[in-house]
Amino acid sequence: MKNWLKIAVIAILFVSCDDVGIEGYTPYSPTLQPLNIPQIFVANILPPVIPINNPQTVEGVSLGRKLFYDTILSGDNTQSCAACHSPENAFTDSDRFSVGIDGLLGNRNSMPLFNLAWNYNEKFFWDGRSFAIEGQALEPVKNPIEMHNTWNNAVISLQNHNEYPDLFFEAFGTRTIDSTLVTKAIAQFERTLISANSRFDKHLLGQITLTASELNGFNVFMDESKGDCFHCHGNANNPLWTDNDFHNNGLDATFLDIGLGQFTGNPADNGKFKSPSLRNLEFTAPYMHDGRFTTIDDVINHYSEGLVNSPTIDPLMKSVNSGGVQLSDSDKADLKAFLLSLSDSEFITNPDFQNPN
Amino acid sequence: MLVLIISLLGCDDKDSETITFGDAITINFNHYWDGEKVSSADFNVETYTNANNDILTISKLRYLVSNITLHKSDGSSTKLIDYYLVDLSTLGNTSFSISDIIDADSYSSISFTFGFNEADNIDGNYLDLNSASWNWPAMLGGGYHFMQFEGKYGATGTENPFAYHNGTARVSTGVFEQNFFDVSLGGFSTTENTTVEIKMNVDQWFENPYTWDLDTYNTTLMPNYDAQKLMQQNGASVFSLGTIN
Ligand code: HEC
Ligand code: HEC
Repeated sequence: MKNWLKIAVIAILFVSCDDVGIEGYTPYSPTLQPLNIPQIFVANILPPVIPINNPQTVEGVSLGRKLFYDTILSGDNTQSCAACHSPENAFTDSDRFSVGIDGLLGNRNSMPLFNLAWNYNEKFFWDGRSFAIEGQALEPVKNPIEMHNTWNNAVISLQNHNEYPDLFFEAFGTRTIDSTLVTKAIAQFERTLISANSRFDKHLLGQITLTASELNGFNVFMDESKGDCFHCHGNANNPLWTDNDFHNNGLDATFLDIGLGQFTGNPADNGKFKSPSLRNLEFTAPYMHDGRFTTIDDVINHYSEGLVNSPTIDPLMKSVNSGGVQLSDSDKADLKAFLLSLSDSEFITNPDFQNPN
Repeated sequence: MLVLIISLLGCDDKDSETITFGDAITINFNHYWDGEKVSSADFNVETYTNANNDILTISKLRYLVSNITLHKSDGSSTKLIDYYLVDLSTLGNTSFSISDIIDADSYSSISFTFGFNEADNIDGNYLDLNSASWNWPAMLGGGYHFMQFEGKYGATGTENPFAYHNGTARVSTGVFEQNFFDVSLGGFSTTENTTVEIKMNVDQWFENPYTWDLDTYNTTLMPNYDAQKLMQQNGASVFSLGTIN
């Protein structure tokens, strides 16, 4: 469907089908704010996933941003989403395991948040257990090792707040707050977190020239007889730099955390985790679902000579019997240079994404 | 699409009536190993023995078919779809239906290209295929994969991976050779609602004419010219027409 048509349809739906209508004296008139889709995505990949019942609006995004940075959602008013998803870390944190409000540690590394609307199968978390961005946002608030609140309590706090009821009215046409509206607003904000302005993006757009080392690193990434990374981590025509799918990339012989298998119940899925995007690695250390690697060099060494066999290891970890793809020192250095060319420093400093409170 | 928009505009809760022209045809891709059905439920658990007597399990099977076309004996033809990515692991991605372009009639054959022909195999051209990371590296001629067929072979505990990936063949640096093949399957008659089964006989990838030796060709086959050409040859006997109803 043409973009203008999509917007028109959403607009009409929004205006005429809302059953809440006008309340009080202020008319409810949210302003549509369609995502600003980068050229590199428009030209290469399918449009983002935006639920028809949660269109992007100025008021919704702004409310979502405020909520994302507000400790009010946590049980003791000390922790916001941003505590573990901070802009300077491309919306993850620098801890191996994040600390919840009760000082409890989880067993998974926090995940960076960007380009989430392009996760077409909408499976979120390392193990894909949450469906849709809205659905995911229900989890941290009630997770005992994270914000450890109840939705009932969080909604009461928001309802008694001197600003939030009006902000919900502006965004959704009602002052009656519930968890669905909270997650809708947060999801709208999260969808605006788009990263597509790295050196490599600019190279693809013909705006800059990469160094010889970065270019050779890209070849190592794309060469099935060298790095062979592209089968799971995107390519120049899939600039998400992830397949958003689940694989066992040879970290362990036995699993403390069975990942996808826990969610699907299928033993063939044990040890599988979501392939992370390789964008913004410069800001997102440590790496892997359990944050076991502190540097990009550690990661490259893992694929080069540190692979460990297990029954569910992906066939694409083809050199597991010799420990890995055995890259030369110079190929390793170039691969690292290429990976770093996927970092987007404008993303982490974008004023629209910072704490508004 | 128009129907959808109208129903949105009217805020209609009821299902809108879909107006169709012509009759419906469903193309259903089913997969067999020596006559036994293969589905994603068999992945990683079911073992198969190939012509070379290697024991293997399958963990992924996806492939691209293009220009699926129905032909009549008078020489006329109707293209059903430009291309279709079959993926056994994704629900709903082994069949498609078309409901407005053909009439109940008798057809002399159904044809398609395995992969893309050279004219269609344009690097980066298809957003849905890019989004599925289906691209074939530019250093190997670019365009798209034709197939990703993966699994493990050998005795339990000492398995080795195989990644039977098919696409354009690289002769030497910068020199490439097309590697698709055309498939044409026998005729049938359609009614107002017909399902045509196209069978992929997966065992044939390893069998005919070349008895595939996984110890020789297992992984890193994409840049391997000989392996690519053997895949193309073996592909010729892989498809057959199944039931029509
Ligand atoms: C205590 C730290 C912590 C807090 C607070 C927190 N998160 Fe997370 N977040 C994590 C961790 C850890 C994961 C990965 C967990 C897993 O996979 O099981 C994660 C995963 C996610 C993901 C999945 C990303 C993906 O690509 O799959 C999203 C989205 C997310 N968080 C959003 C939020 C939002 C919204 C909030 C606030 C309502 C929030 N988080 C609060 C630690 C936290
Ligand atoms: C079979 C698919 C697959 C291939 C091939 C692959 N990866 Fe990964 N990669 C993954 C998965 C899955 C993870 C997450 C694993 C986990 O945390 O358990 C991952 C994690 C990573 C991470 C950590 C990112 C983060 O934010 O934690 C980096 C960096 C990475 N891979 C780089 C590479 C490089 C470089 C190559 C090629 C040498 C490569 N990968 C090949 C699937 C793959």
